[in-house]
Amino acid sequence: MIYLDNSATTKPLPEVLESFMKSAESFYANPSSVHQLGSDAERLLTKSRTLVADLMELEASEVLFTSGGTEANNLAIKGIALKHQNRGKHLITTTIEHPSVLEAFHSLESLGFEVTYVNVDEAGHVDPDEIDKAIRKDTILVSVMSVNNEIGTVQPIEEIGRLTNKYPKLFFHVDHVQGLGKVPIHIKDWSIDLVSISGHKIHGLKGTGALFVRKNVSLFPLLHGGRQEQEKRAGTENLPGIVALAKAIRLIKQKEKDHLQELKALQGDLKQQLRQIDGLVINSPENGAPHIVNISLPGFKPEVLIHKLAENEIYISTKSACSSKQSDVSAVLEACKLEAERSTSSLRISLSYQNTKAEIDQFVQALKSAVVHVTHQ
Amino acid sequence: MEFDHILIRYGEMFIKGKNRRKFESKLQSNLIKKLKEFPSVRVSKKRERMYVLLNGTDPHPVMKKCQQVFGIHTLSFAIKVNKSEEEIKQAALYAINDAPEARTFKVSSKRADKDFPIGSQDLNHIIGGYVLSNTEGITVDVHNPDVELKVELRNGAAYITAKDYPGAGGLPVGTSGKSLLLLSGGIDSPVAGFLTMKRGVELEAIHFHSPPYTSERAKQKVLDLAGELSKYGTKVKVHIIPFTNIQQKIHREMPEGYSMTIMRRMMMRISEQLADREGILSLNTGESLGQVASQTMESMNTINEVTNLPILRPLAAMDKLEIIEVSRKIGTYNISVLPYEDCCTIFVPKAPKTKPTREKANFYESKVDFSQDIAEAINQSVVVEMDRNQTEKDEFDELL
Repeated sequence: MIYLDNSATTKPLPEVLESFMKSAESFYANPSSVHQLGSDAERLLTKSRTLVADLMELEASEVLFTSGGTEANNLAIKGIALKHQNRGKHLITTTIEHPSVLEAFHSLESLGFEVTYVNVDEAGHVDPDEIDKAIRKDTILVSVMSVNNEIGTVQPIEEIGRLTNKYPKLFFHVDHVQGLGKVPIHIKDWSIDLVSISGHKIHGLKGTGALFVRKNVSLFPLLHGGRQEQEKRAGTENLPGIVALAKAIRLIKQKEKDHLQELKALQGDLKQQLRQIDGLVINSPENGAPHIVNISLPGFKPEVLIHKLAENEIYISTKSACSSKQSDVSAVLEACKLEAERSTSSLRISLSYQNTKAEIDQFVQALKSAVVHVTHQ
Repeated sequence: MEFDHILIRYGEMFIKGKNRRKFESKLQSNLIKKLKEFPSVRVSKKRERMYVLLNGTDPHPVMKKCQQVFGIHTLSFAIKVNKSEEEIKQAALYAINDAPEARTFKVSSKRADKDFPIGSQDLNHIIGGYVLSNTEGITVDVHNPDVELKVELRNGAAYITAKDYPGAGGLPVGTSGKSLLLLSGGIDSPVAGFLTMKRGVELEAIHFHSPPYTSERAKQKVLDLAGELSKYGTKVKVHIIPFTNIQQKIHREMPEGYSMTIMRRMMMRISEQLADREGILSLNTGESLGQVASQTMESMNTINEVTNLPILRPLAAMDKLEIIEVSRKIGTYNISVLPYEDCCTIFVPKAPKTKPTREKANFYESKVDFSQDIAEAINQSVVVEMDRNQTEKDEFDELL
């Protein structure tokens, strides 16, 4: 089997699964219980939080565990909007955000907020100047993803942070779900207020994630109840999930440190081989994230190719899994203003640190024969 | 290009005259211990300064650790390059880029060996011009720059440093003896410990534990606080004193209004005996005048009667808000505010005497013999060593 759909989800690492199982088995007590077992669970929770904070160059109090990227994005966006609406009701994001961001903004529009969706260029880049132009006196939030999940565009987060930092009542949120372990982020230095991440994109488990909330940033909680997570996210902590997340972050950071160049080389090789296929266009930008290659094969129905590849146990996807139950057209590619032929025929190959050169070779061969096969039908 | 060393400038140690060498050696050995987790890092001592040689280690985490070591005034990252204009330019640009928040800068060149063909003034212009044309949003300000790029030409090489990072100040821990810190779980006592360490004092800690009235979590909290303190010096030994019997006995046999005063006197007696046993010459508390009933002038006078050791009270004249500020800065605040009962919050009298007298305290205490209980408490004490500078191996490591 060759798995090349790592932007949809990644395969959990055995070490991560082991941590999950062991902590679920031994530390099942509620971390809020006052007895010894609860105390042990709480210590493990604290240790996990401190580890995550260290890895992200944050303080432990700035780490808030969630059920995943979608919740983190919703909590960041709705949490800021609802808490600070008396300062203004204008919000800014881009046209190519993940559905969990876009839909959160749509929901706020229905509550009377106004949202500016800043356009991107053909390669998916947002121009910081365009964001600057969109900022008004009543703007309270700018939300931009670090890495686009469909085409891998890396956004100029540092510049945008420098920009938004000039406006004291403006918060800056970064959806870093695709970026973690692949592109750098310096939350403090880049003046970012909120950052979302997800466990299952980094060989952790589904249902785990975190929102990093800088000191002095207050949020309206989506979940009320107990006093967990600094009263910003009530609910008994998913301790085994949190332990697994901490471990997954530690391991992906290690990979990033030791093997990023290899991943880049692998992607370069993949692109090189793909360019030799007639009619194939690469939609991903030249300096994009090292793990995503988005291509179009105009004239081909992507779903057909995917099924053909799956017959050989090779797995890739069309656009993002989160929107693939909709029609064939990619909203992201449409927003990049690519012609319909391209935006309806796109495929996404997404790599992980586990993929090998041999797999890439095999995949390209299989894609070539799939194209031939489909053409001749 | 990469920073290859960290330059360390001393603080108060300068004025120590003949004793300076002793202070320097202590600082060096404290730094070496602190940086143990970075195997290729070396610490070298040269005349007025100390250098941390990075040998390829990521500079920023090393800097962070160095900033926690007392006895250092300021620190800077530095790069050593060949004495070529091009290399100096590159190094200067690299150094300024490391301070992204800087808006203004200036270049100060010094030529110890005068054989470099470009004069200092000219070199300032050349390097300044190069930095200006290769950065955005940074301007020159020769009077009050955010960053002073220092270029030093000596010993056949050029040394470039940029931003000054603040050191922790104070004196190297271990140059002023040892003190026994009465560590509760509150906000104040860890701050007292920190400030005392800053004056070069090594710490041991004593904590009064009253199970089942106080929980394992309360104890763990105190150990965590001691662990945080150990980051600023050497390991901190925590003596856990079983205090339940004494507290119950005070509650039973002493008048309610004096129970708090007498409890504190018992703590002092135990602390003094323990200090004697460990060869420690002073006690250290987080008392701050007027904060609570035990910290009025009368209370302190009455409580102090039972010990002859000097009691260091670095917080005596500080406001609560000032104390909180320090505790946030040193990372103990978030631990201190965890809401567990400690031995001072159980059996609290409804109306503790704010103006107790020595005579009355002595009178009440004379009715009951506590000496046996005190001896027992000390005998049954347990020692836990906290050292955050060592990568502690604990039961959770394999999970994370």
